[in-house]
This record gives sequence, C-alpha cells and structure tokens, in this order.
Amino acid sequence: MKNYILSIFALTMMSIVLTSCGPGSTSKKSGGNSGALTSGAAAQTYVAPGDYDEFYAFISGGFSGQLAVYGLPSGRLFRVIPVFSQDPEKGYGYNEETKPMLNTSHGFVPWGDSHHPDISQTKGTVDGRWCFINENNTPRIAKIDLKTFETDEIIELPNSAGNHSSSFVTENTEYVVAGTRFSVPIPQRDMSIKDYKGNFKGSLSFISVDQQDGGMDLAFQIRMPGFDYDLAHPGRGKSHGWFFFTTYNTEEANSLLEVNASQNDKDFIAAVNWKKAEEYIKAGKFTTEKTRYAHNTWDEATHSATSTIKTEVKVLDASKLPGLVYFLPTPKSPHGCDVSPDGEYIIGNGKLAAELTAHSFTKMLKAIEDKAFDGEAYGIPILKYEAVNAGAVKNPGLGPLHTEFDGKGNAYTTFFISSEVVKWKLGTWEVIDRQPVYYSVGHLMIPGGNSAHPWGKYLVAMNKITKDRYLSTGPEVCQSAQLFDITGEKMKLLLDFPTIGEPHYAAGCPKDLLHDKTTKIFKLEENKHPYATHSEADAKVFRKGKDVHINMTMIRSHFSPDNIEGVQVGDRVFFHVTNLEQDYDVPHGISMIGANASELLIMPGRTETFIWEPKEVGVWPFYCTDFCSALHQEMQGYVRVSPRGSSVPISFTLDGDAPGAE
Amino acid sequence: MKFKLPLLILSLGLFIFSCGGNGNSQEPSQAVSHNTESAPKKVNHAHGQASVKDDVSDANILNIAMGSKDHTTLVAAVQAAGIEHVIVNAGPLTVFAPTNAAFAKLPAGTVEELVKPENKAKLAGILTSHAAPGTFNMKQLRKEARKGRKVYTAAGDYLTVEVKGDDIYVEGAKVLGEVKATNGVVVVVDALIFPKKK
Repeated sequence: MKNYILSIFALTMMSIVLTSCGPGSTSKKSGGNSGALTSGAAAQTYVAPGDYDEFYAFISGGFSGQLAVYGLPSGRLFRVIPVFSQDPEKGYGYNEETKPMLNTSHGFVPWGDSHHPDISQTKGTVDGRWCFINENNTPRIAKIDLKTFETDEIIELPNSAGNHSSSFVTENTEYVVAGTRFSVPIPQRDMSIKDYKGNFKGSLSFISVDQQDGGMDLAFQIRMPGFDYDLAHPGRGKSHGWFFFTTYNTEEANSLLEVNASQNDKDFIAAVNWKKAEEYIKAGKFTTEKTRYAHNTWDEATHSATSTIKTEVKVLDASKLPGLVYFLPTPKSPHGCDVSPDGEYIIGNGKLAAELTAHSFTKMLKAIEDKAFDGEAYGIPILKYEAVNAGAVKNPGLGPLHTEFDGKGNAYTTFFISSEVVKWKLGTWEVIDRQPVYYSVGHLMIPGGNSAHPWGKYLVAMNKITKDRYLSTGPEVCQSAQLFDITGEKMKLLLDFPTIGEPHYAAGCPKDLLHDKTTKIFKLEENKHPYATHSEADAKVFRKGKDVHINMTMIRSHFSPDNIEGVQVGDRVFFHVTNLEQDYDVPHGISMIGANASELLIMPGRTETFIWEPKEVGVWPFYCTDFCSALHQEMQGYVRVSPRGSSVPISFTLDGDAPGAE
Repeated sequence: MKFKLPLLILSLGLFIFSCGGNGNSQEPSQAVSHNTESAPKKVNHAHGQASVKDDVSDANILNIAMGSKDHTTLVAAVQAAGIEHVIVNAGPLTVFAPTNAAFAKLPAGTVEELVKPENKAKLAGILTSHAAPGTFNMKQLRKEARKGRKVYTAAGDYLTVEVKGDDIYVEGAKVLGEVKATNGVVVVVDALIFPKKK
C-alpha cells in the first residue's frame, strides 16, 4: 500500500512537472493532453508490474488478417493470434499442420482482411468459450478457441463477396451470422456488369454452432435482393429469434457508388426472422444449390488441420417466403446496426443522415401484425417508417457509424466526420455528453457491449486516422485506439494506445472469464500426431523414395537426433518435431538454413512439421529459434547433404550414439 | 538409511495433488460480476519465479525436493540460501540432492551453523556446487563415466563420475536414484559433494 501511495505521489509530481513546461515545451501535445494526467487518468490505467488488467480486449487486426489481444485499462498488447494470414512468428500457415487452415475454394490464400470479432454468448451474456471473426475479402468466418487462443476452424461462405456484416452471434450462440456486402451473380457467370440491377443477389448466411465443441456448419443461406449488406446484430431478449442487417445501395448501382448509392432518401434495415427460417428449413421450403466452399477444421488430438471442399448449400428465397424478412426504412446508407441490451431498440447509424434512427422492436411486431406496409421490394414487405420508428437523436454529430451500450440505459455512438463519441440516452434520445477523438473514429467497443449484459466501465474508440498522435514513423503510422472511462456522467479520456492493422470492431470480456482457464501445455500422452515422437529413444530418420522423414524431439537443451546423414540433393526432408517439455512457457523453435518455410515455434507436448528441400551439397545447420534455456545457444545440429545417388546411408545420432542409447 | 525411490515418487504425487486447489472450477457460462467497481487482483512474486502458481506442468526440481521426505534438510538449506528461484529456472539443471541422512553425516552443528543468515553466501556456494547445467540423469552419468567426461557445476567445479559395478559415484557420493524434472533432473546422492579445489 505504501508503495502504491508512493507511486501515485511520484506520478502526480511527474504530471505537475510535465504540465508546468508551459508554452516553451517542445511537445506540442502536452497542452492538449495534460488533462488526462492531472485528472488521475494515469493512475486509472496504470497496472503495476506483476498485476493483471481487468479486461481482455480482442481487437480486430484489419488488413493484417489477425486478431490482437490487449489488456484494459493498460492498453498492453499480449498476443497477436494468427487467423487469416500466415504468421512466421508462430509458423501459422507455414507448417504442414496449419496450411490447410488457409485453404479456400480459390486455393491457398495466405492473407485476409479480418473485421468484426464477437465472443460467444449464453443467455445473452458473453461466455468466453470462443471468439469469432470474419474475413472480408475471401469471405470466411473463423473460430478462435479461447482456451488455446488459437484459430481452430475456418469456414468459407459461398455466394458472398465482401463478407462484412458478420461475424455476430445470436443470444445463445445458436448461429454465427454473416451477410455479404457485395451482391454478385449467383451462381457466378459471365455477364455484363451493367445488367446488375435485378440480376445480382445478396446472401445472408446462418452458420450453426455446435454447443459442445463449437463446430461450425453452414446451416442455410437467405437469398436477398442485390443490395449491399453492411453490418448486423442479433435480436436479444424479446427480439431473440430475429437478426437485423443494415443495407445500402438499395439503388442497386454498379459504378461510382459514392454518388449513385446515395440517391435514395432511405435504405433499409432488413429484419430477418431466423426462427421462421428454421421452420421453413424443417418444412423443406429450401432449394439445395450446387456451390463450392472450404471448411477447415483443427483436430486437437492430431494437432493438425484438415480442409474439406463442400459442394451444396440450402437456400431460402426471401422474395418467396412470407414472414421471413421485412424491411425497416432507415435514412441514408446506414452503417452500424446495433441492438439495445434489452432487445427493444434497433439503431440505424445512417452514415449520411442528419439524425440517428432508433426503431422499436415492439412497434415492428405491431406493424407486421397490422400489415402497415409501404409497398415491397422484390416481394419483401417494406414497413411504414412511422409505424416502426421509436425516435431519433437530433443533431447528434456528423457521419454516425456505430453504437454500443453500457447496460445502464445509455448508448454511445461514433461519428467519423465530426470525430467524436457521443453519449445519449435510450428512450429520451437526448445527448448527454460528447468527447472528441483523434481522429475520425470508426468502431467502438464496451466489453459485452453487443450483449444483454455489458460491463459498462470502459469504452475503446478505434480510430481510422492517426496523423500526429504518436512518434512519427514515416508515411505509414500505426492505428490508434483511445480508452474512455464511462462510469461517470461525462466520458473521460484515459489513454491512447496503438493497434495493429486497422481495428474494425473489438470484443471484450472480464479477465476472470478466461485468465484461469487457458491451456498451458499439451499433454504428450494425448498427442496423436501421426509423426509424434514421444521419447528420445523413439526418434528416427527414414527414407521413402525422395522423401526423408525426420522424427525429432526437442527438450532442454538439445535436439534428438542432432547429427543426420544420408540426405541427398533433390530430397524432400520432413522435419516432424515434437517438443517433449511438459512445462508451462517452455516452447522450442527450429529452423533450417535455406528452408522455404518459416521457423516453427512448438509449444510443450506438440508436434509440428516443416519441409526442407536441400539444393546444395554440404553440411547444413539447424538451431532452436526460441531462447528456451540457459543452454539455448548449444541447441543446434547438422544435416549432411550428399549428391543425388550418393551411397552415404541414412544415419542419425545424438552424442555419437543412437538417440536414447546409453 | 537407504533412500527409497518409490517413497519419493509417492510423496511427489501427494505434493502435486495438494497443489490442485488453485484450479478454477467456475463454468464458462457462469456470469462474471457486472460490478464495475472491482479492483485488479495483486500478484505476489516474493520468491521470484518460484512464486509462480502452476497446477498443470510436471514437477520442477524445487517441487520434487519439497515433495520428498528425505530432503527436508536440503529444502531448508535452499530456502535459507534464498535460491529457490534458481532451481525453478528454465535450466536445464542437474541437482545432486543429498538426503537427510547425508546431511546427518556432517559433523554435529554444521547444518545449524550454515543456515544462519550471516552464512547465506557460503551456504549458497555449497549448494551451487551440487547443481550442474545440463541434464545428467543416470543414463547420461554412465555415459560421462564411459567417455571420461567430467560434470561442470554452476559453482565452476568439475566433478568426477565413476561407475563401480552397478553403482554410480559423483565425486565420491553414491547415486541412490533419480527423478526427472521439467527443468532437468534430481539425482539423489548419499553424501554432500565438496569438490577438490583446482
């Protein structure tokens, strides 16, 4: 306690010194930001050495294709989980075990544009089982196991393009849902782009989630008119069973959308009754269409991924199935589609609208019952705006994008153009507070903000423009997040911190949901990898034609075997390497000179494989890439490569003897 | 007193079992408090890495020594010397672990004298000459003897390894058994090792 008081004292003194620099200060920022320091923000975000953050924040890695794990309130980055892009640091997408995770119907795609993480829920509460995230470019949804913090499943979405309005889960994680941003010809065919209107179609995909193992399955797609489906959120509580998607480009323009998709006064929020969809599926009202998509799954036992190409999808036609979809008119190309914790209000963040639109779920049901329709679009009823609208936040700011909730009756909306976060009250629609952000905020996240039960303590604003916020690093600078304390009437800026890629959305949860439950080691006796080596004595090298398999072990501080002969130029050499350690945080790495893969970083009890194709005669070293132990630098070995057809036999030793020999 | 390996393993089992209380049995779906006033929990690292709570990994050298009824004197000495964090280090380390009976062979009052705070450095020095970087299990020790290699200790000494009949001797101390540790190996010996000075 004494130390704590001391450090607060030190920080306070420091802040006095900092703020007293005055106009002569070389830091042009100190004036603008000093408020945070002097008002105790530093103490609020200070997590003392050895202490833990209160919250996990899973922040989308954007065009890095990955998912970053931060702590709040410190803003410290703990891990980058590779999801849609290769990651040489972890061997992901380079080793033979994980390569199938990146397989698609377009072949091996080494990169992705990750967007919207969402943590699984039970009864509308974030439960910390899995984190889902979508890939925008080659439409996919990934599932991350929140025990291992590893990607363990990726499913591709057929009939989709620009998989943007995903990956959001229903109240009990019955489904993870994805909507296509770009409409396309379905099936894909050679046709003129100018014939877009009426011919291109959209797809909303419902991926069921197995409650035991999280296994994903493309349950069905809903065929929609050729609009752009932008974002989505589930109904909850009273609106559980519905899903809401914003649309834009209801004009169905195919060029210069910045003008041509801004013509209509209102676009729509599509309200999808997915319980009704389940009934239609049960009643056989679907068509089974031929298509192609990859489904990649990770096997915990074999430590290996398998990619399967699937060829069929069940499709429900929204134009022909009554009661499945209704359109809620919503002003001006709405972007975020956010549902209040009680499930009553559906907020349409009209990018170009002068006000923020809130629809009422109760009114929507009444309007459907009363058939309060304002015509239809492609057979889908358009509900009367007045019949569904609950209210609007007047003059909230410019360029609204996204809204989150604190569970205390307040909503928080980001405004890109006016570069601010605005707090307002659900039901009265009055603005309570507005705070500037630096600069041009996109998404925001309150832990549990997309659920029935948010933890309304912190708000993370994820900004699109960074400019001069940090030490300059040339033309390309990091992205910027800003942390606010939202426990008071007014929001309080606490901290800036950099993020990877461009953070599109984030998901957060309290530390206690995950911290004590994570996997620390993989049990060696449960390792069923076909090339696992369970003891040094079992290590071996054998030839099968031009393939040479090295079943190798690693333990502090040596490889077994570490001297290998009999490899020839033109061979394909498989290093199947097992980390024999059964001790937390003792990975070993391995890399081979000239290998066209990455190093492997192998966790205790796990087996991984990389391929090396030696092109030159010689004696070539390999070594441990992770500073594993006091004798790490000694952890090395050699492979002798002889000419093709050489008579040098395969041999493998450790300390001059067969591995495991006395 | 003859050292009994099964007993050591049994007591090791008990030790691991008794560590199990740290596991979190909370169901994932169980609601975590929505009270936003909660303060972060403090973490105590008073003994360096030895303070790390780990109920998943196999036992390290310190865990093994602490779980052995035959090594209470050694553990007390390690604690008095304040080197717990050294023997939980990534290593790899071989600790030649004298039994209580081995300590009892020392002249009367020796141990009591060594564990006094003013002798902390001297005690640490003695214990360090019982630790060798690398994993010298009994199989490897026989190999060292066969190849005529000495074992280099953390204190900078070289220990002679001899095999007589079925028995292995390290600097004259007889090897009674071994227990594999995550960070190396515990080799149980019947006497303290006092290397001849170079």
